[in-house]
Amino acid sequence: MSIDESTAARVAKLARIKVEPEALPALAGEFNTILGFIEQLNEVNVDGVEPMTSVTPQVLKRRADVVADGDQQAKVLANAPDAREGFFAVPKVVE
Amino acid sequence: MADLNTLTLAQARDALRKGETTAQELTQSCLTAIEGAAALNAFVHHTPERALEAAAAADARLAKGDAPAMCGLPIGIKDLFCTKGVPSQAGSRILEGFLPQYESTVSQNLLDSGAVMLGKLNMDEFAMGSSNETSVYGDAVNPWRRKDDSAALTPGGSSGGSAAAVAADLCLAATGTDTGGSIRQPAAFTGTVGIKPTYGRCSRWGIVAFASSLDQAGPMTKTVRDAAIMLGAMAGHDPKDSTSADLPVPDFEAALTGDIRGKKIGIPKEYRMEGMPAEIEKLWADGVAMLKDAGAQIVDISLPHTKYALPAYYVIAPAEASSNLARYDGVRYGHRAALDQGDGITEMYEKTRAEGFGPEVQRRVMVGTYVLSAGFYDAYYNRARRVRTLIKKDFEDVFADGVDAILTPATPSSAFALGQMKDADPVAMYLNDVFTVTVNLAGLPGVAVPAGLDANGLPLGLQLIGRPWAEADLLSTAYALEQAAGFVAKPDKWW
Repeated sequence: MSIDESTAARVAKLARIKVEPEALPALAGEFNTILGFIEQLNEVNVDGVEPMTSVTPQVLKRRADVVADGDQQAKVLANAPDAREGFFAVPKVVE
Repeated sequence: MADLNTLTLAQARDALRKGETTAQELTQSCLTAIEGAAALNAFVHHTPERALEAAAAADARLAKGDAPAMCGLPIGIKDLFCTKGVPSQAGSRILEGFLPQYESTVSQNLLDSGAVMLGKLNMDEFAMGSSNETSVYGDAVNPWRRKDDSAALTPGGSSGGSAAAVAADLCLAATGTDTGGSIRQPAAFTGTVGIKPTYGRCSRWGIVAFASSLDQAGPMTKTVRDAAIMLGAMAGHDPKDSTSADLPVPDFEAALTGDIRGKKIGIPKEYRMEGMPAEIEKLWADGVAMLKDAGAQIVDISLPHTKYALPAYYVIAPAEASSNLARYDGVRYGHRAALDQGDGITEMYEKTRAEGFGPEVQRRVMVGTYVLSAGFYDAYYNRARRVRTLIKKDFEDVFADGVDAILTPATPSSAFALGQMKDADPVAMYLNDVFTVTVNLAGLPGVAVPAGLDANGLPLGLQLIGRPWAEADLLSTAYALEQAAGFVAKPDKWW
């Protein structure tokens, strides 16, 4: 599996990271080095092996379905780059 | 008494309880050491006023005879831990200016236990790195240097600032986190002790997430005893982390008998890597001899899927990272890019993340995005998770045969020079974690213990891997190894 520049550009888009066109060849090259390393996994026989979901066998705890927290608007907004009138502000999303 | 900042946690604790010193004196001694160690770039956010206040409070507690385990002991906190009102950037530009409104469970546990926080410690960006060179704060520098050579060396990573600070006696101990070796590799590079506990032993709540199924916090200390003391204060069940284990925390320090007679120590043949430096090979053989002399039974074992641990890790960790780091979008906290006329929300995300993340983080987020993308999910991500199951089974089989602990080298080399890997491909840097990463994939506890010096006078470490939840037993074996190795070297002060 080899990654070309257009695949690298597509991955950057999916990851929401702006990559300048001139940086794409080097990026594709690095992906290929890393993926080449990962390809070794194809040597392993994984027939009938379950993918791991939890490294320590445990049943996730449940708690009562009641409000346990809240009313912290000021704290939630305290670190926002742009907060107005109790909301996070972002560029226009809907025309 | 020696300079107070050079004391171990145990020595300082005992001196405090006997009234031979005060938390304020201890803290001042560390603050002075930190002021004089700017060249190490270990502490990146300083909180001296807060530290002195906490020390005064600790002295008041001590005077009343109320002295919990860490009372009055000055420590550093890795920048990955959210600390209320104190910058917590995970070594990244994207969290510039972020002031947590809450305290991570582990740092809160330490504060409740009376510990004094001196400040925040340098680290690789989002804990992605093995040399502390991906940090937005610049490189942390190893206090150790090669004999007759002033080249600056890496303290390892990602917990490089923690390791440098403990090795240089800037604090008595520090927190670290370990996703693929980020506690144990820096500990080995700096002649300090670092333990990654069993997955679930410490709460991950409030620790900036890298790869959630692998991340664990642990102590970085000057001795095994200190690791036992501090782990006890950090660990425990936390309802806010559903993967934290609801198990009692044993008294790790009380379990340090160092009596390992009859214990079965496994030596895995797959860790004998091609091209392994002779010094590492010899260190490992010396470690085997030491444990044998102490009465342990040495057995050869096989962990057949070891070779596939790093490739599996470099699918799973980036996949989880790409998901965890999706939250850094310029909306709720941290950096937001300046926008051009007409830019919409997608441009805001893309520019913010391009400016806020460094190259290694960008690379891993994109690799993770790729292996999770439609058409590749099964071929990469699910295959890696199947291999992970096999890696864990390797260990389960060995433990089922009665092995109590496994002895391996901690790292494939001693500390290398900062900048040395600049032109290497990313995979070459990843190989630093070849001996440690299996432990994260299997969720096991692993501890690095300083065991010798190489020909250049740099520290080398051995790793002991234990059964799940058997940290008490593992630390006792590490204690026996520490006693036998008798590692007492300290770096010559040049900073």
